[in-house]
Amino acid sequence: MMVLEKFAAANGLLVGFLFVGLVMALAYMIARHLARGLLHGSAVAIALGLLLAWVAGEQTGGTKGVADWPLLAGVGVLGGSMLRDFAIVATAFGVRLSDLRSAGWVAALSIPLGVVLSFLCGAAVAYGFGLRDPVAITTIGAGAATYIVGPVTGASLGAASDIISLSIAAGLVKSVLVMIATPLVAKRIGLDNPASAMVYGGLMGTNSGVTGGLAATDPKLVPYGAMTATFYTGLGCLMGPSVLFLAVKALV
Amino acid sequence: MVIYGVAVLAGCTLVGLFVGDLIGAAMGLEANVGGVGIAMLLMIACTNVKAAPLKPGTPAGSGVDHWSLMYIPIIVAMAAQQNVAAAVSGGAMAMLAGVAAVVAGFAMVPVLARLARK
Repeated sequence: MMVLEKFAAANGLLVGFLFVGLVMALAYMIARHLARGLLHGSAVAIALGLLLAWVAGEQTGGTKGVADWPLLAGVGVLGGSMLRDFAIVATAFGVRLSDLRSAGWVAALSIPLGVVLSFLCGAAVAYGFGLRDPVAITTIGAGAATYIVGPVTGASLGAASDIISLSIAAGLVKSVLVMIATPLVAKRIGLDNPASAMVYGGLMGTNSGVTGGLAATDPKLVPYGAMTATFYTGLGCLMGPSVLFLAVKALV
Repeated sequence: MVIYGVAVLAGCTLVGLFVGDLIGAAMGLEANVGGVGIAMLLMIACTNVKAAPLKPGTPAGSGVDHWSLMYIPIIVAMAAQQNVAAAVSGGAMAMLAGVAAVVAGFAMVPVLARLARK
């Protein structure tokens, strides 16, 4: 076992390719035979990946899903932010500028609107659960934006560590749910053209959620959603500890 | 050559991410602001230059195409290393906050998309 773990670590990226290949083969088989075309293979593959990450997390107690299993540590390289960003930029190949402009100012507006909307939902839930401390309410609200905005906001406001972990959990719930639910609701919310994909990216904002959700819906839409989502976390980190905190403080 | 396409892609990604880091730092944040978006704009600019050999169907273009086709497998690997256990065990408040944000976001997509089309 030790020999094998050492070998897998030394060839991590290759193990990652093999692992993802197997997961996708299984997912496409499930999609074809069990879901009968109701779900796309890539949506099943992403759901399967999340499921395995859950099992791994419960078993190892780690934070990196299957990458915490020594044999599969290489999956962390393949699915890490470096190759993810590299592949997202590659999807911009062949995008027409006119399509990017199709959503116009509404696409830009969707980003602050998305931050505020998510924040309001998170803050309202925190208030509903009996929290009255503005710092705690703001931190949970920020976590409902993304799992990065939450801890960044909490840290700069000096929130307690249990509140910060709650905000991270809220952001993770959002990201996982966006990945799973997007292909299911895509038709109903009209997510089938570049303009709505840009608006969707700005409203949802969670990078992993948006890129995963669009990949499972229609890979052609990925560059448009990624284009707006990429500004979301930065804007959220900017607004959380400042205007949003002041607004909460004034209201509570 | 295939490597030309991959090199241009890597160059655009690196420049975009670095500029995104600089913007974040300038705003006093430890977050990347718009890096991927800037990189994508650079990539689009590179493919729209008339003299550039970087077109779909050329050898250099196939170097980029390969990575855009690898996108879904990479996203599956990303999904497999999410901290799903923490999301599931976060308790009712975290669960509800996340769900509410997602539902509200989904509901606003058609509203804004209609505005965009006008």
